[in-house]
Amino acid sequence: MNRYWKSIATVLAVLMLLLLPLAGGVSAAGNKVIIKVSAAISLKDALAAIKEAYARKEPGVGLQLNLASSGLLQKQIEEGAPVDLFISAGISQMDELALKGLLIPQTRSDLLGGELVLIVTREKRTLIKGFADLSKGAFSFTIGQPETVPVGKYAKETLLSMKLWEKLANRIVFAKDARQVLTYVDSGNVDAGLVYRSDVVGLRGAVVAAVAPKDSHSPIVYPMAAIIPGKNLDVTRKFMDFLKSPEAARIFSKYSFVPLQKNVAVKSRY
Amino acid sequence: MMDPITLSLKVALIAVCIDFVFGLAIARSMARKEFVGKNIIESIIILPMVLPPTVLGYGMLILLGKRGGLGQMLMEQFGIQIIFTWWAAALASAVVSFPLMYQSAKAAFASVDIFLEQAARTLGTGEMRIFLTITLPLAWPGILAGLVLAFARALGEFGATLMVAGNIPGKTQTIPLAIYSAVETGDDELAKTLVLTITILSFAAVFFLNRWSKKKVQVWRKGSEAHVESRNI
Repeated sequence: MNRYWKSIATVLAVLMLLLLPLAGGVSAAGNKVIIKVSAAISLKDALAAIKEAYARKEPGVGLQLNLASSGLLQKQIEEGAPVDLFISAGISQMDELALKGLLIPQTRSDLLGGELVLIVTREKRTLIKGFADLSKGAFSFTIGQPETVPVGKYAKETLLSMKLWEKLANRIVFAKDARQVLTYVDSGNVDAGLVYRSDVVGLRGAVVAAVAPKDSHSPIVYPMAAIIPGKNLDVTRKFMDFLKSPEAARIFSKYSFVPLQKNVAVKSRY
Repeated sequence: MMDPITLSLKVALIAVCIDFVFGLAIARSMARKEFVGKNIIESIIILPMVLPPTVLGYGMLILLGKRGGLGQMLMEQFGIQIIFTWWAAALASAVVSFPLMYQSAKAAFASVDIFLEQAARTLGTGEMRIFLTITLPLAWPGILAGLVLAFARALGEFGATLMVAGNIPGKTQTIPLAIYSAVETGDDELAKTLVLTITILSFAAVFFLNRWSKKKVQVWRKGSEAHVESRNI
């Protein structure tokens, strides 16, 4: 019987121990101003570096990064999640938030551009040197699902403009995101695929064979905008200015993104 | 700031505490009662186990968000925002792992000999005392098993957590979310380390609690039998 009470006491003690730090934890955030940033997960490493640089520049301001797919982040914002700044990997997510009146229109601008590259598995690298070799050299090909994955949409546009879509159509494996495209090719399971240049990190079993011409697909753009109600809007704006600065541009370039300096947003084509 | 491992443990433990309190209360009240609609209620309770976590997460996001009923009320009445805090992660884990706790506890309560409780009642023992000194000790092994399973499930929660708590490093990024981040950005080394860590953690939790509960079962079985015998004399 004694043991039974002891174990009940243990459970209660654990509960207490756990709850103790919570009481303090809530208010421990301190007097730092926190900018809550929701950003496409493909920006993870670049934004980690940005965060570090900004902490040196503005010690009184902290960045809180929430990283997931742009579609999920959009849903969270629609349901009223606390977000100050949204950096999307696709224009459509930003457009939908704009339509619903959830972003502050005058703060919207295009932060980054990207490039689409053709990656080829190691065994096929001598056979496939560019897009022209695809129809003969690649027995299997992978792109993101064009309807749901932005990188898949751009890839389909490129293939269409190069008149390769018809020829490759029955060899294409559709992936759920850019990372999966990369994994398929890097592991040698698929001969070639199309991904963002910024996704190409640490390839072991594949190489970059070619860059898709800029005019073969609609512009790849990462737009950003402040989200309503715009708490601490001044602080958020200052950070957005920093994201457009040469210092931030250097960091983004390091991670293979193309910084866009001009302060206008690409108009959506839908 | 909190590293994913500590945070995961904290979140899973809080989740299990929530499961423990509600699981026990609901299981106890459902175990011995038959009423119209019991089946429906039980099905709803089990639902989180069979629904995809992302569906649950989306439901919770709608409910707890600023524009959702519960979220709005909490915001207006208490100024509390749950979305994007680790409390949301704990809540998501608790909801997803709740059926495991509930099922085990219910089975455990149902297996307790009802005559023992009735005997105590005829001797004038209060309901609370009956619960604490007869029902709970006899059901304890099953409840422990439920705790173990719920803890392991809570530790691995991903889908619902990502929806309601977000993937915020140092704040809501538990091990599964950190693995997702690492894989999505091609950080294979970190991903492998974390996969190994969570595997070892889950294994250790299940292994040791299992062993512990087995030992306890024997001790308690003997203990409670002796107790009952002495009362019967």
